[in-house]
Amino acid sequence: MTFESPAPILPSKHLLGIGGLSTTDITALLDLAETYVAQGRASDKKTALLKGRTLINLFFEASTRTQASFELAGKRLGADVMNMSVKTSSVSKGETLIDTATTLNAMRPDILVVRHQDAGAAELLSRKLDCSVINAGDGAHEHPTQALLDALTIRRHRGSLEGLTVAICGDVLHSRVARSNIRLLSLMGARVRLVAPRTLLPCQAEQFGVEIYTDMQQGLAGADIVMMLRLQLERMTGAFVPSSREYFRFYGLDREKLGYAKPGALVMHPGPMNRGVEIASDVADDVHVSLISEQVEMGVAIRMAILDALARKMP
Amino acid sequence: MISSRNGRIAFRNARLIDPASGLDVRGGLLVENGRIADVGPRLFNDAEPGDPEVIDCRGLVLAPGLIDCRVFTGEPGAEHRESLESASAAAAAGGVTSIIVMPNTDPVIDEPSLVDFILRRAAATAKVRVLPCAALTKGLRGETMTEIGLLKEAGAIAFTDGDRSVASARVLRQAMAYAATFDALVICHAEDPELVKDASATEGEFATRLGLPAAPAIAEAMIVERDIRLVELTGARTHFAQISTRASLEVIAAAKARGLPVTCGVAAHHLTLNELDVGPYYTFRKVRPPLRSEADRTAMVEGVATGVIDVIVSSHEPQGADTKRQPYAAAAAGTVGLETLLPAALGLVHDGALDLSHLLATMTATPARIFGLGSGALTKGAPADLLLLDENEPFVVAEDKLNSRSRNTAFEGRKFSGRARVTFVGGVCVFDAR
Repeated sequence: MTFESPAPILPSKHLLGIGGLSTTDITALLDLAETYVAQGRASDKKTALLKGRTLINLFFEASTRTQASFELAGKRLGADVMNMSVKTSSVSKGETLIDTATTLNAMRPDILVVRHQDAGAAELLSRKLDCSVINAGDGAHEHPTQALLDALTIRRHRGSLEGLTVAICGDVLHSRVARSNIRLLSLMGARVRLVAPRTLLPCQAEQFGVEIYTDMQQGLAGADIVMMLRLQLERMTGAFVPSSREYFRFYGLDREKLGYAKPGALVMHPGPMNRGVEIASDVADDVHVSLISEQVEMGVAIRMAILDALARKMP
Repeated sequence: MISSRNGRIAFRNARLIDPASGLDVRGGLLVENGRIADVGPRLFNDAEPGDPEVIDCRGLVLAPGLIDCRVFTGEPGAEHRESLESASAAAAAGGVTSIIVMPNTDPVIDEPSLVDFILRRAAATAKVRVLPCAALTKGLRGETMTEIGLLKEAGAIAFTDGDRSVASARVLRQAMAYAATFDALVICHAEDPELVKDASATEGEFATRLGLPAAPAIAEAMIVERDIRLVELTGARTHFAQISTRASLEVIAAAKARGLPVTCGVAAHHLTLNELDVGPYYTFRKVRPPLRSEADRTAMVEGVATGVIDVIVSSHEPQGADTKRQPYAAAAAGTVGLETLLPAALGLVHDGALDLSHLLATMTATPARIFGLGSGALTKGAPADLLLLDENEPFVVAEDKLNSRSRNTAFEGRKFSGRARVTFVGGVCVFDAR
C-alpha cells in the first residue's frame, strides 16, 4: 500500500473546540467523513491508516457512546486503543490532571482523547503533552466532535446547513453540546434559536448571535431542525426545574410541540435520552423524524475523519 | 336579602365610583346574568323601571367590590380558626368580593391538586371569589421551587411563601427566573428571617421599656433591597405583600422610578396603629411585621397618597384563643381584618389624606391590574361584584359581632366611620346590612 501525502485539513494538531475552525476546515472534515460513512457500511471496515499509532481514551467522566465511538474509530483505522477511566476526587484536580498528563506523556501516545468535568481541561493537557489532543467534552465548554457529527447528520438530510433554522432546546446552561453547536451552526450560516426556561439559559446567551425563546411554541415555529438536550436528573428536583413532569409538560418534545415546527422538521438528541422528560418515546422512536440513531453512526465516521486529519499533522 | 327575578337588578340613585375609569357621578347600574349590563348617570334616574328588581341606593356609594390581596385561612388543616366558608362570610360583611388566599396551610398549597382542592372547596362553600396563591418553594422551606407552570395552569394566581421570606438569595433568584419564564407573579414577604428570629416587636424605646424581644425595622428594607436586585436580574413581576417602614417605601419608590416591575401593599393596621398601641402587652395587636413607629405609620399613609404603595390589604390572619391568650412573646402574630379593612382604610379619606376614589382604587382597580383579574371595575361586561357603602356610618368594632371564626381583631372597640351596606358577588347578594 502506498500513501500519497494527503492534504492537511485541520489548522492544528489538536481538536479542542469548534472555536478556531473555519468553514473550509469544517467542510473538508465533513467531506472526508462521508468516505468513512461508506467504509463503516462495507463488510471490511478496517484500514491501516493509523497502524502502529497509539490512541488513549482518557475519560474523567462516565461515557458509553463517546468512548465506544472513539474506540471503534481508532480500531477501524488500525490504531492501538487503550481506555482509561479515571475516578477523581474534587480536591486538587488541577494538580492531578497535570500529573496524569506527565505520566501519560511518558508512554508516548500519538493521540489522546479526553473528557473532563472541568472547562479548559483538554486545553491544559494539550499544553503539557507532545501528542495530539482531542476534546471529547470539557465541562460546559465544548464538545466539538458532537457538533461535527450533528452537522454531518444534518447535511446528509438537508444538503447544506446554510439558511436552516435550528432550535436547540433544553438545558443550554450546562451544555457543552449546545455551545459547540451554536458556534458551528452559526459559522456555517444556520439560524440558531435557544429554547429553555430562564433558569437553564446562560447569562448573555444572546451575545452568541442566537435568538432566545422561553416558549416551545414560539421557539419551534418554522424550525427545520429540533435539537433536544439532555436534562441531568439532579437538575430536575427544584434547583433549576421544579420537577420532571413539569419539564415534560412545558419543554418535553412530544407530537404536539413538534407540530409547531416546520412540516418535515427533523429531531436530534445527543443521547443518552431521558424518555418522558425532554422527549416523548413516540417522537424519539419515529424513524421518519428522528435522526438519533443516525447521529450515532455519523459519530464514528466523523471521529475517523478527525483521526485521519490529525494524523496528517503528525511527524 | 335581595333576590333577583330574571337575573336582573337595577341600582338607582347611587353615587357611582369607578376608580378604573375615574367615574364619580350620580347614576344607576343594571346587572344582568351576573354581569354589569349598563352603567351611567342617566340610568334609572327618572322612572322606576318595571321589570328588574330595583334597589334605591339613596345617594350611597356604589363601587366595585373590594379585592383583598392578602388573606390567610385555616383551610385545609386549621378549620377551627377559619374555613374558606367563614372567611368568605367575613369578606362579604366587609364589602370584599374577592379574597386572594395564602398557601400557608396544612398541607401547604404547593401541588396542582391542592390548588384544585381550594378552588373546588371555594366553589362549594364560599360566598365570595377565592383566588389561591401557590407556594413559591416546596413546603415553604425555601429550598426548591414549586411547579410554577403546572400550578399556574391549575389556577394559582401568584406564587409566594406567604409570611416567610425566602432566606437563600440563590433559591429566590432561580425561583424568580423560572417564574418570569411563565410571566407568573411573585409575592415577597419582606423580613430578614435571621434578624427577626424570636422578635415580637420593633426595636426601639417602647419595646425596651416593655422588655420585649425586638428586631430592628431595617430587617424589612434589607430584604426589599435584596429582592429588588433579584427582580432587576431576573425580570420577575414582583409584589411586596406588605411594607411598613419609610425605608422600604423609599427603596420601592426608587425601583419604580427605574422602571422595574415592582408593586407593593400595606396592611390596614399599619396605616392606623403604631407600636404604642401594643399597650399593656395586647397580643391581638401582635402582627408581622410588627407595628412600627408613628413616623413609619405616617410614611405609609403618605405612600398610599403618593401612589408608591399600590394596594391596601387586611392581612387577615385568624388565630384562636390557644395561640393568642399567651404572654406577648409566646403569642402568635396576626389579626383578622376582612371586616375592618374598609372602615379602617376610610380613615385616610376622613383625615383628608386622599380622596375616596383613590382609596377604593387601592382595593379594586389596582389589585385587579396587578393580579390580572377581570373584576374591580364598573364596566359593561365586568362581573357584577359590587359594594354599596356608606362612608359615614358609625361602626364600632366588636369581636362578638364578627363573622370570622376567629375573633383576634387588632381593632376591638375601635370607632370607625363608614362600612359596607350591601355586597354583591356575580350579581348575587351575599351581604345586606340595611
